[in-house]
Amino acid sequence: MFGGEIYETIVWLISGGLLISGSIFAIIGGIGICRLPEFFSRMHGAGLTDTMGAGLILAGLMVQAGLSLVTFKLVIILFFVLVTSPSSCHALARSAIAHGLKPQLDVPNSDNQNSNQTSGGE
Amino acid sequence: MQSRTLILKYVVTLGLLLLANWLLWSGHFESPFLIGLGVLSCLGCLFLGVRMQIIDEEGAPAQLGIRPFTHYAPWLIKEIAVSNWEVAKIVMSPRMPLKRNLILVNAKQQTPLGRVIYANSITLTPGTVSVEMLGDKVRVHALSLKEAADEMSSDMSDRVCRLEGSRPSSDESRKDV
Repeated sequence: MFGGEIYETIVWLISGGLLISGSIFAIIGGIGICRLPEFFSRMHGAGLTDTMGAGLILAGLMVQAGLSLVTFKLVIILFFVLVTSPSSCHALARSAIAHGLKPQLDVPNSDNQNSNQTSGGE
Repeated sequence: MQSRTLILKYVVTLGLLLLANWLLWSGHFESPFLIGLGVLSCLGCLFLGVRMQIIDEEGAPAQLGIRPFTHYAPWLIKEIAVSNWEVAKIVMSPRMPLKRNLILVNAKQQTPLGRVIYANSITLTPGTVSVEMLGDKVRVHALSLKEAADEMSSDMSDRVCRLEGSRPSSDESRKDV
């Protein structure tokens, strides 16, 4: 009886920790979307929420569900989130470029000159 | 279009996966009637897929086997965690030390599927987003630290090459920009 309670407490602590840290990462991602200067940088903030936020929250729920069909469904949800979010992110970036939005760069863009050379002359 | 014997492998794998999916999602293991309906719906999906000719090495990548989940995913999750921490530090630091840049990375993967996996992995790690696919190159927008992003991408590219079964060539990947 007592051992079972300790086990339950540990499970709750682990899943609670995962849920809270996932929420923190999701909030940091939101702060990033607001703070980062322009469109292309803001996508990186959204990526924070998509990967670590969603991943940690789902992991916390998995710990709480234990080994069951619910956990399998959570794993599948995580899989689909991880497969679809970069696709939508790429679609956003690509359409922004295609419609002429130029990213602001802090480091000068050097890829156009070098793109045809091989890196053998390093 | 591929011959019938060639797509048989993909059809069988996809069928088994659909069936396993149906069983695990529904949770019905005992009633033969319900399981029969599940089998029927799986067969219906397979029929539609074959008819639409979308069951091939891209629609049901059986040739990758289970390696994406055993070899690649754990490493990718570690990378995601590390770069998440880096980006979170940048976002939360008061001055936000941004060094935004665009770099061109070689995608040495031989199949389109390999290149898609590679570009999606780049986007999935925060701090780098693949913006454009230009033939066998990927244009990547990075938030900071070009060197770190470049180094990481090269390692990642080799891993995706190994995943799809082609040999990674180590020299081509380094870009001296």
